[in-house]
Amino acid sequence: MFKITTEVITGEEVREAVEGPDAGAVVLFFGTVRNNTDGRSVKCLEYEAYPPMAEKKMAEIAQEISEKWGLDRVAMLHRVGKLEIGEVSVAVAVASPHRKDGFEACKYAMDRLKQIVPIWKREVWAEGEAEWVKPDAVFFDAPKPHKTDSQID
Amino acid sequence: MNVTVKYFAVCHEMLDRSEEEMELPEGATIQTILDRLEEEWPEIAEFYEVMQMSVNWEYATEHTELAEGDEVALIPPVTGGCNV
Repeated sequence: MFKITTEVITGEEVREAVEGPDAGAVVLFFGTVRNNTDGRSVKCLEYEAYPPMAEKKMAEIAQEISEKWGLDRVAMLHRVGKLEIGEVSVAVAVASPHRKDGFEACKYAMDRLKQIVPIWKREVWAEGEAEWVKPDAVFFDAPKPHKTDSQID
Repeated sequence: MNVTVKYFAVCHEMLDRSEEEMELPEGATIQTILDRLEEEWPEIAEFYEVMQMSVNWEYATEHTELAEGDEVALIPPVTGGCNV
């Protein structure tokens, strides 16, 4: 499952998409809307996406994970529109035989999502103004290839 | 030839439209579109260094040649996910 949605994300969608009898672990990640950015109060966030390209890029990230870790069950779901404080903006699920690979692959999926998936976030400040968020320089400048450590059971 | 050009986030806001059809000469590249937009919105040149472009849902460069029916998009720096 690689999807942009306007619906509330519960997490069950992505968990069900990756579950299977050979999984010893399912790592779930939720990104949620925080009430401040560097101490400045946030009222809500507005997300916009380029859905067909975003879903294609998510599928490419899953392909990268398949090549690096040999894990073939990855799901990514990102919500767009206006989100209130505490709501889930993104959910990632990775199923793996052992937890270490699952944790690493899930982190990798989120890092790559923030680099290549065309989604944009606008912060609406508590005092009323709104602005498009500028990217974290670390993610913008340095998409470095990820290498796994040696396998640990 | 005719192509569709899509604008997102800050580009959508600055140009006040989310997409448009453009008629371009044969041999046109993404640069042809950027030059045309710069006439309307000179400040867009400041964004070119950080902005990416796509053709048919794949990242492209300003030198990418276009074909009839292509879907082009201006991609401002992406900021999806969450701040962690």
